[in-house]
Amino acid sequence: MIETRKPKLELLSQALVERIVDEGLTLLERLGVLVENTEALALLQGAGASVDRATGQVRIGRKIVEAALAKTPAILTLYDRTGSRAFTVGGDEVHFDPGSAAVALLDHGTQSERKATTADLVEFIKLVETLEHLHFQSTGLIAADVPSPVADAFRLYAGLCLSEKPFVTGTFRVEGFRPMKDMLAAVRGGERGLKDKPLAIFDACPSPPLKWSNLTTQSLIDAARAGVPSELIGMGMTGATSPTTIAGTLVQHVAENLSGLVIFGGSPSSFDMRKGTTPMGAMETMMIDAAYAQIGKHLKLPTHAYMALSDAKVNDPQAGFETALGAVLAALAGVNVVSGPGMLDFESTQSLEKLVIDDGICAMVYRLLDGIAQRDEPIALGAFEGFIPGMSFLTHPNTRRWYRTEHIPAGLADRDPYEAWVSAGRTSIVDKAHTDVAKRLKAYAAPALPEGIRKDLDGIMVAYGRSSGVEIKPAREF
Amino acid sequence: MTKTETYARMSAAIVAGDRDEARRLAEDALRSGLELLEVVEQGYLPGIQKVGELWEQGEYFLPELISSAEAMKAAMAVLEPALNRQGAGTAMGGKVVIGTVEGDIHDIGKNLVASMLQAGGFEVFDLGADVKMERFIDKAEEVGAAVICLSALLTTTMMNQRRLIGLLRDKGLRAKYKVLVGGAPATRKWAEEIGADGYAENAVAAVKLAKTLVGRA
Repeated sequence: MIETRKPKLELLSQALVERIVDEGLTLLERLGVLVENTEALALLQGAGASVDRATGQVRIGRKIVEAALAKTPAILTLYDRTGSRAFTVGGDEVHFDPGSAAVALLDHGTQSERKATTADLVEFIKLVETLEHLHFQSTGLIAADVPSPVADAFRLYAGLCLSEKPFVTGTFRVEGFRPMKDMLAAVRGGERGLKDKPLAIFDACPSPPLKWSNLTTQSLIDAARAGVPSELIGMGMTGATSPTTIAGTLVQHVAENLSGLVIFGGSPSSFDMRKGTTPMGAMETMMIDAAYAQIGKHLKLPTHAYMALSDAKVNDPQAGFETALGAVLAALAGVNVVSGPGMLDFESTQSLEKLVIDDGICAMVYRLLDGIAQRDEPIALGAFEGFIPGMSFLTHPNTRRWYRTEHIPAGLADRDPYEAWVSAGRTSIVDKAHTDVAKRLKAYAAPALPEGIRKDLDGIMVAYGRSSGVEIKPAREF
Repeated sequence: MTKTETYARMSAAIVAGDRDEARRLAEDALRSGLELLEVVEQGYLPGIQKVGELWEQGEYFLPELISSAEAMKAAMAVLEPALNRQGAGTAMGGKVVIGTVEGDIHDIGKNLVASMLQAGGFEVFDLGADVKMERFIDKAEEVGAAVICLSALLTTTMMNQRRLIGLLRDKGLRAKYKVLVGGAPATRKWAEEIGADGYAENAVAAVKLAKTLVGRA
């Protein structure tokens, strides 16, 4: 049987990849990065970097970077809440997670954005739990009715109670790491268990150009100590916080990512020179993402990107084409963790209807990645035995054998003939998605969580509230 | 070179965003004893006005806008001290205090508005980013500003715009200042809701609005 080729996209020539990496390393050596965290400065100095303690400017020689790269795993494994299902983060394995962290929800009834509440967060997590093609959850919605000092941990608290999928998450305050790590450890039965079977990835964002804030550096350090993987989300905006050329932005991205290491991720974008906004749906943005993923693979690092999302404010054609283009490009580029489904409006809003539609896009993308297989030996000559002109393949055994494997279900995509579509009520895909959301939420059944673990999670959340000066009770919504 | 030609070159330097040329021409003007108020009004200001038009027509974008504003700033840095000595400084227009509100570090847009306001003839006191609301008031009182401009990029920090208006009321100072709000989450509706004097969607509109509010339109 001839091996099936996995489709792949490589935007950069090898020569350009190497040149970009070289310039990124040169930037780190000559200019360095500004690090606003005292412990990090000490660690970097100890590793041989040239640190100006007064200003926080750190110049890192390439030998140090190369040594760190040699120690960084090319592949990590994430496990689900039960610890039995493993997900490879590396190579060309592609996993989608909902875009994080939205503050608003697109309300289907009013077609307007509104602040998200705990009730929305609960529905969001439950819905994602039912979506087959989103392998990971993210703490994607920030509940406005939760006191802000504990908002970061509360999302994870809810998530761990309601879902078995691995989580992509992050802290909003330095204090947030400890309770969040404790919650993950509680699920795993201890810190050792968590180190052995990671359940979550923590996002940390350098501040372009070339700076690491106190909060994000602390997250990196805390996560590294706890054996929790970190995803670095550099977000240069071309011509604003990074050079305007795509290649130039890639150089800066390399410098920022290498100064932090682990998962080569990001959310860079083109910068709209009229509106001053950051179009995640721009083709240039997707090209930057696909290209830095290629560079990440060259460096043998797992990769992440913010793709498969849209800047549209409602579920309209723009939402469709931007998300779909991004999902396809991400998959072909072999991005390991793709954060985006469900997201609208410059990473600020989630839509339950869009999550369902996007899950369908992911299904199509996974079909693309499966490629075109030989299937039979010989490929088709056997199927033509006993051929009569005008024969239909509908009842052919070959069809019965292969059609369900070869062709995925339509999902929500409309395949009706026109009259049928009219008689059925002229429903748009968004309306179909809305009905599907309700159906899925109704069918949702909470995966069993041992009572002891639930009590531990409650306790950690309450204690975090107390230490932050706010009152939090164990959640009744879940 | 005639005065007309000189003034044309000054405008051109602004439109081209050529900071060095703008500064050089200002220094020449000082040396040759030209009437400085006229230099600003007939030489440089037409340039910035042209830039505003090009923006509205969709010909100029943020890079050009910011470069031109910087060129204007460079020229004014040369001319302002001399103008102030002549006592003509105050004729240049109202004083504006601007900054990004407490808890928010975004400043690209705010910097652009500050530059454009300065280019538009206002004396601008830019407090930077993550500015405590009380500081806006203290500065406005200190310099006798007419307008306070508040920028916020996050729905969370936007609340501070409402807070400032409350603080002004508490101190009995609300009527003394025009408060303008801006930033991605701000809207006209928001401005009305919190009792601000106005909202502008971009830097060019902000300058127009500021001029209208201080009666210089």
